Parts: sequence; C-alpha cells; structure tokens
Amino acid sequence: MAQDTALTANTRLFRPGYAGHNQISARTLGFWLYMLSDALLFTALFASYAVLDTPMNAAGGPIASQIVNPVEGFWQTIAILGSVTCYSLATVAMKNGKRGGTALGIIAAIVLAVVFLGFGVNDLTTLAAHGDGMDRSGYLSAYFVLILTHAIHMGIGILWMLVMLVQIPRYGFNEMVVARMLNLRMFWQFQATVWVCVYIYVYMIGA
Amino acid sequence: MQLQAPGPWSLLLGRLTLDQIPYTNPILQVTFAVAALVGLAVVGVVLYYKKVGYLWREWLTTVDHKKIGVMYIIVGLVMLFRGFADGLLIRTQQVLANGPHAAGFLGATHGFLPPFHFDQVYSAHGTIMILFAATPILTGFQNIVVPLQIGARDMAFPYMNAVSLWLTTAAAALVMISLFVGDFSQAGWVGLIPLTELPYSPGTGVDYWMWAIQISSVGTTLNAINMIVTIVDMRAPGMTWFRMPVFSWTTLSTNIIGLTAFPVLGVALALLGADRYLGTHFFTAGMGGNLMLYTNLFWIWGHPEVYFLILPTFGVLSEVIPTFSEKPIFGYVTMVAATFAIAGISWLVWLHHFFTMGSGPDINGFFSVATMLVGIPTGVKVFNWMFTLYRGRISYTVPMLWAMFGLFLLLVGGLTGMMLALPAVNYTVHDSVFVIAHFHCMVLMVVCAGFAGVTYWFPKLFGFRLDEGWGKAFFWTFAIGTITVFTAMFALGFEGETRRLEWTFNTAWKPMLVIEELGMVLYVLSLALFAIMLIVSIRNRNKEHLGSDPWGTSRTLEWLTPTPVPFYNFAVTPQVNTRDELAWRRKHGVEHTKPDAYEEIHMPSNSGLPVILGACAGIWGFAMIWRIWWLAALGLLGIVMIVIIRSFDKNAGYHLQPREIETMERNLTIGSITSEQPDRSHHIPHAEAH
Repeated sequence: MAQDTALTANTRLFRPGYAGHNQISARTLGFWLYMLSDALLFTALFASYAVLDTPMNAAGGPIASQIVNPVEGFWQTIAILGSVTCYSLATVAMKNGKRGGTALGIIAAIVLAVVFLGFGVNDLTTLAAHGDGMDRSGYLSAYFVLILTHAIHMGIGILWMLVMLVQIPRYGFNEMVVARMLNLRMFWQFQATVWVCVYIYVYMIGA
Repeated sequence: MQLQAPGPWSLLLGRLTLDQIPYTNPILQVTFAVAALVGLAVVGVVLYYKKVGYLWREWLTTVDHKKIGVMYIIVGLVMLFRGFADGLLIRTQQVLANGPHAAGFLGATHGFLPPFHFDQVYSAHGTIMILFAATPILTGFQNIVVPLQIGARDMAFPYMNAVSLWLTTAAAALVMISLFVGDFSQAGWVGLIPLTELPYSPGTGVDYWMWAIQISSVGTTLNAINMIVTIVDMRAPGMTWFRMPVFSWTTLSTNIIGLTAFPVLGVALALLGADRYLGTHFFTAGMGGNLMLYTNLFWIWGHPEVYFLILPTFGVLSEVIPTFSEKPIFGYVTMVAATFAIAGISWLVWLHHFFTMGSGPDINGFFSVATMLVGIPTGVKVFNWMFTLYRGRISYTVPMLWAMFGLFLLLVGGLTGMMLALPAVNYTVHDSVFVIAHFHCMVLMVVCAGFAGVTYWFPKLFGFRLDEGWGKAFFWTFAIGTITVFTAMFALGFEGETRRLEWTFNTAWKPMLVIEELGMVLYVLSLALFAIMLIVSIRNRNKEHLGSDPWGTSRTLEWLTPTPVPFYNFAVTPQVNTRDELAWRRKHGVEHTKPDAYEEIHMPSNSGLPVILGACAGIWGFAMIWRIWWLAALGLLGIVMIVIIRSFDKNAGYHLQPREIETMERNLTIGSITSEQPDRSHHIPHAEAH
C-alpha cells in the first residue's frame, strides 16, 4: 500500500528551487487542447452537413453536385497548402534567428490566405446572387455555414499573423513571441487540415 | 436574408423600446425593488467602508485561483437563489391553479402566473440551475482546491482563469437582466425546437437564453483547458498520477468532458442563431430544416453535461468521506477507473433523452443498454464509499451529513434512472413529473456535495469554521424539505401529472401538490438558516484559532498549507512522498515541519483586462439580443482589442522576497486572501531576460 512508504533520513519534505513547469510547453499543451475543442466544433458542423446533404433537405433548391466546383476547390487547396508552407518556412527562418526572413514568410502566407478567401467569397457571393443563398434551403445553410466557419478561422489566423508582424520587430524572438509563433503554426496547419476534409467531403464526394 | 424580426426597430436602440420593460407586472415590481435594495446595500457598504479600491485591486482584477474560485461560488450561490425563487413560483402556481375552479389573480385565469410568464419561469429555472448555479459552484471548487491539492502555486494560465470567470459572470448578468428588460425564453431550458425559431418565438426571450449560454460556455471551455493543463503540467515533485487525490482525478475527467462537449452545444446554438438572425434553415419546420438535428446536437452536449456536473461531486464525496472516516479511500485505483468509465460512457447515452421520438427498437435498445452500463462504475463508486465507511472512525460533522444525504439521493436518483433507462418504462412515464423527480434527485445530490464542499473547505480559505449547530439545522431542514417535495413528486408522476403544467387540471393531485408546497416552505426555512449560519460564523470568526488542518483528520496536500491559505499557497514547494501525503506526514509526526529557508517566489500580476473583456462580452450579448448592431460591433471590437493589447503586455509578474515570505508565514492574516496585499507597483519585470 502507498501508506507504507517509510520515512527515512533521506526523505525530502520540501523541494526548494523546484523550477516547476515550462511556460512554452504549458502553452503548447493548452493550445493542443483548444484545437481539440475546435475539432469537435468542426465535427459537429460536418455531421450537420451530412444530415442535411439530401435532396429532401435541398427543398427544391440545388444539391451538392450542382453547386460545388472541384477544380476551383483544387486551386483553393493549392493556395492554402502554399500558405502553410510559407508559414513553415517563416518558422525555419525564426529558428535561424532571421527576423526579415520570418516576416517575409508570414507576408507570403497572408497573401496566399487572402487568395484562398477570395475564391471562397467569390463562390458564395455568386451563389447568393443567383438566389441560392444560405436562406434558400437546409442544405445550402449547412454548406454556407461550414465554409464560412472555416473562413472566419482563416480570418482570425490572418489577424494573428498581422499582430506577429508587429511583435517580431518590436520584441525579437523572446519566449512569448516564439510561443505564439509555434501555436500559430499549429493553428494554421489545423485550418489547412480542416480544409482538406472540406475539399474531400464537400467538393470531391459532392461532385 | 432575414435580418429583421417582427416589430419596431431603430438604428440607435435596435428592438429596445420602453414597452419592453415590464414595469406594470407586480411580481417583477417586487423583484426589482428587492434586487435594487440589495444592490444599493452592497454598493452602500462598499462605499461606507471605503472598499472600492480594495474591491478593484484584490478581487475584480485578481488572477489568484482561490479568489477566482470564491467569486465563482458567489456567482453560483446568487444564481442558485434566483433559480430557487423560480422553483418556488412554479410550485406555488401549481398548487394554487389546481382544478377547474381554482381562482386566478394578477391577470391569470388560474393561480397567479399566466402561461406566458410561467413558461419563462420554468425555462429560467432549468437554465439557471444547470448552467449558472451548479456549474460555477463546481468550477469554483476545482479552481480553489485542485492547485492546492497537487502542490501548485496557481493555475497554468492565471490570466485566462480570470477571463473564464468574467465570461461566466457576464452571461449570468444577462440572465438577470432578462428579468427587467424584455422576456426570457419560454421554450424550456433545452430549447424545444422549432418553438425556438423566429416565427414561433419572435421576441427576445430565446435570444437571451441562447447568448447567455453561448457566452458562459466559452468561459467553461477555456476553464476546462486551464484545469487540464494545470493537472498535467503543474503537479508538485513526487505527485505521480496515482498519488493524485481523487478530487483532482474527477476534475481532470470532468474537464475532458467539458472540453469536448461544450463545442457541440456551441454549434447547436450557433446554428439556431443563424436560423434566427441570418434566415438559414437548419432546424426550421420546412425549407429543408431538420428538427431532430437540433435535438441530437443539444443532447450530445446535454448528457455529457450531466456527468460534467456529477463527477466533481463524486470527487468531493471522495475527499469528505475518508477524512471523516479516518481511513484512506477504499479501492483508489477502481475509483479512478470508474471515474473515467463514467466519463467515457457519458458520450454514448444521449438518445435516452428522447426514446419516444421513434428511433426504432435497435437504436433505443443500444442506448438503453449503454445507459444501464453507467450503473456499473457508479455502483463501484458507491461500494467504495461504503467500504471506506466500514469500520471507520466516523464523525458526523456537517460536511459528512451532506455527503451521506448526497449518497442517499444518488441511490434514489440512480435506481429511478435505471427504471427510465428501459424504453418500455420510459414510454409510460415519459414527460411526467416522475422524470423531473428523478433528475432533481441527481442534481440535488450535486447541491448536497456542493454544501459539503463549502463547509469542508471554508476554514482552509477564510481561517474560521462555519457554525456547526446552525449548519446542522440548515442541513436537516434542507434534507427533510428535499424528501418531502420529491417523494410527492414521484407519486404525482405515477398519477399522470405531466411536466411544465401552468394549470394542474386534476383535483386528485391536490394532496400531493400541497405536500410539495410544504416541502418548499422547509426549503425557504433552510435558506434563512443558511443565512443565519453565515452571519453567526462571521461574527464568531475570532473565537477559535485554527491550525493548518482544522478538521484534524484531513489527508490531502491542500491541508498542508497554513490556514488561512496565503496568496502564494506554498512558501516552498512540497515534495510528495506518497498518496494521502498529509495523513502520512501526520503518522510520522512531520506534518508541522517547516522548510529550512524561504526563497524567491514568482507571482503573476493582477490585470484589469479580464473584467473589461467580460463587460465587452456582456455588451456584445445584450446588443445581439436587442439587435443593436453598432453596439454589438463595438463589443466585438472591444474583445478583439483586449486580446491584442494583452499580447503586447510585457509585465510578467513580480517576485516575492524571502524576508517578505517569512513575515507573512509568521503572521498569516497578512497574506490571507481577504487581506489587502502590500503595493506591488515596484515589481521586477523579467520578461526581457529571455
């Protein structure tokens, strides 16, 4: 039993100088847990999409094969994966302590993300202009909200990158800036992963 | 796009007009008068004793996990009182409005609440009790106890902890505002679909319900992250996984549930919000909406949420029972395993909330069996507690009495739950008050464990005990009141009373309804006794001097700290040598051994940003409810700006010097959480060191 641990002359009751936890590892774990909750959020949205992806829920409006364009989605996929690559190159530059290279990588990542969002916004506005907006049917509601939720995440990522573009020249690579850069990398790759799921599930299977 | 709800709308105030303030309703007039008087009294006391600065510096801006926990519990107790008042209204209405000849008052045909008002009362009762009373009280305990139990100085993210608190508080404030500005939802706490859709609920009630839950659930999710990282990352040296106290284990499992379940609720409510604000058709009746989609999403969160509440209370029992049986917990490993088994099964049972929706025998059968499986790990726990009591040196202190009554309610609620798990039985008693009595036994078990926890840990934080005599009087009136109300309610369920009746048409129910009302009188009495207990205890606070372990038989690490706990928790981080560290130290006579020397402690600085962020979230919620778009934009901008400003904040805390610590360890009231800390404006920034 645990109760029988003996008390000897060598038993320590206190641990002076105990360093405790490492700030970056705690933040990284915390961010992984946040992404778990975000993954659950997308899971619920995908489940809703699956439930509403039937001709009955299209309520006479268009179904998936009539609205999704896998070729356009392919270019979007290239853009978002390119953005992730650029950001990863920025973190390589960070590892080498190069502020300029890091900033350049982030800017390229932002540009490609904007291209990605441009495709998406164009797609949704075109649909809405033809009267097939999110208020047309249950199916289109699920389609729009899934795409828009991902787009909002992308927008937050872009805002985060803009903040980092200010903080890197200002503070250099201190503990906090590095922690934020690493978490942002996970966040960005996670959004690309979600997009790949969207592309396969909505664009490829739908077409 | 359907952005506009019916009714007048203006650019400046959205849907808000003077008619929306129900100043003609006599019940709300009285409520408002009482709320205003209490509010003025609190403000008056703060101003009279010149405590505005103290309140701001020591409480509103604090990042100390213990103070945050205390504030969580205060918010929870205030909302518990509000929810109880709603319950009292429901019970009184049902007993007054019995039979076709029941008299009507205040504009109601029967009783004193018209259906429109009654529906809001039961919706608010459920929403408040689950999300704004039980959840904050339990979160408060976890905040206070877990870092102390695992030998940490604070939570992993003290600042985010404050953010969680103020988000929850803002949401609770929105629920309270709905009393006096506009209406609350009439669609039940579960949001019966499609009643919550805009065509059927065009008012602001559903919006209040939706945004309040949405904001508080963000707070709960952040808190779950914080608790998990704290437990994984911040345990004291020697605190291996299987030396961790059971309460910390249950906190870990419950927060894993919280982290994974609350996003689903967020999605369910966000999609409902899209239906109401953007004109989508997720859950509408027609245009390709799917009603069962909402019901499934809601209960995929809703059932894990039940275990989110019950698991920490199991943790509280697992601390209280060994302490007052003077024995280690029986079957520690099985206790941990059972905790995680319950957490796991909690994901597989949600459909039992709607067996009668016609999913077919296969699906109902699966969920029926899954539901009954919960009984196995729960049974393991109950037997473990029993064997802990067996041949223990039991002392029936107030926390122990609460724990025992909690076990009794768990048994009654659990066995009736087994009955309800059978679809055949479920079809018979579906939607009757039998179901209501069942889940009230479970939730009251949470309340009992809550009061057990309050009495158990109170002296640790504040340095004095709650009065034993008044505490026992409070306990007995509450316990007898509970048995009176819910025994009658089980009987009414078998007599066929369905839930949510604003008019109880069957005169044969009268005797049981009267008995229920008598139980409510006991509850009111117990409330008065609770208040007396608090006042008497505070008045007698200096009568006894308490050592670090006021109960004398505590077993876990939180009782190693001095009483009251100084704001830095442990002067020197303890080395953990075994499970039940304090009991082991007591056995070997080293529980009073002090560290040889003190050393610098790094502490996080207070910050006013979380409370402002909470205010912005509240403004955003209020503006969205009333469709005041400019104000909503401002609130959202405020939130984004605060997050960004915080990321530019270089102030990474300050260091306590060894001699300061020595002074505080010698004179503990200086460092206690209720005292004013010395000015730390001369803190030593060290962020640049990296």
